[in-house]
Amino acid sequence: MSLFTREMACQELVELVTAYFDGSLSRADRRRFRAHISGCDHCTAYIEQMRLVIEGAGRLTEDDIEPNAREELLDAFRGWSEGREAD
Amino acid sequence: MLHVAQMFVRDRATAEEVVQETWLAVLNGIDRFEGRSSLKTWLFRILTNRAKTRGQRDGRIVPFSSLAGAGGEDDEPSVDPDRFLGPDSRAPGAWAAPPRAWPEDKILERETLGVINMAIEELPEAQREVIRLRDVEGWTPIEVTDALEITDGNQRVLLHRARSKVRAALEMYLNPDVAGGTT
Repeated sequence: MSLFTREMACQELVELVTAYFDGSLSRADRRRFRAHISGCDHCTAYIEQMRLVIEGAGRLTEDDIEPNAREELLDAFRGWSEGREAD
Repeated sequence: MLHVAQMFVRDRATAEEVVQETWLAVLNGIDRFEGRSSLKTWLFRILTNRAKTRGQRDGRIVPFSSLAGAGGEDDEPSVDPDRFLGPDSRAPGAWAAPPRAWPEDKILERETLGVINMAIEELPEAQREVIRLRDVEGWTPIEVTDALEITDGNQRVLLHRARSKVRAALEMYLNPDVAGGTT
């Protein structure tokens, strides 16, 4: 590792978590990111929190965000099957 | 689906119509579905195409891409700067008020999920739509940039802002003593 590689500060790391998850960091930055978390429990906890945010968001069901979705689907399906019978 | 449609059209009623039309198109065209993409991708491609056409016809003035850049959000820090040591300290930028570990099962409790849902609702529109597509619906970055016609970097910035704010809201709920700061 280059002597000139600047160490990553915690405050910089928190801005790069999504890029890290998406695999879009440069190789140098990914190396600095990993080097940092290998020695920083706080940032490890922070990254875990971000992972839990994603996991939690993924558990929101259609019912949480679209209470009418099922009705809409049923309506559309009724319209469709009536249309077919008419053909 | 309704949320996605609403990004392109003027009002909820129009979005509802577009969703209905999409389901009909899907049901009528299911024989032609070749399985080269996932059914979900195919369905949302039909939805966004229809919604875009409809939005253009009705003259919805603001395309999502301009919304995404608006709001002067460029310098929003992910975490309150007061949580880090200042430039004159021994370790500038290191945690002063570090985050705590969260138990996974606590996150999946109904009430906690409610906090997440509410935090998402309160986000600025562009951030809200991107986090819904990426994290709630599980879309890939490419699916999002295609549907919303924004750059990869743009969707990532919006997603990161969104996730960071949801995290902060969760921390306020789970560890108010850490997150509370001055308020």
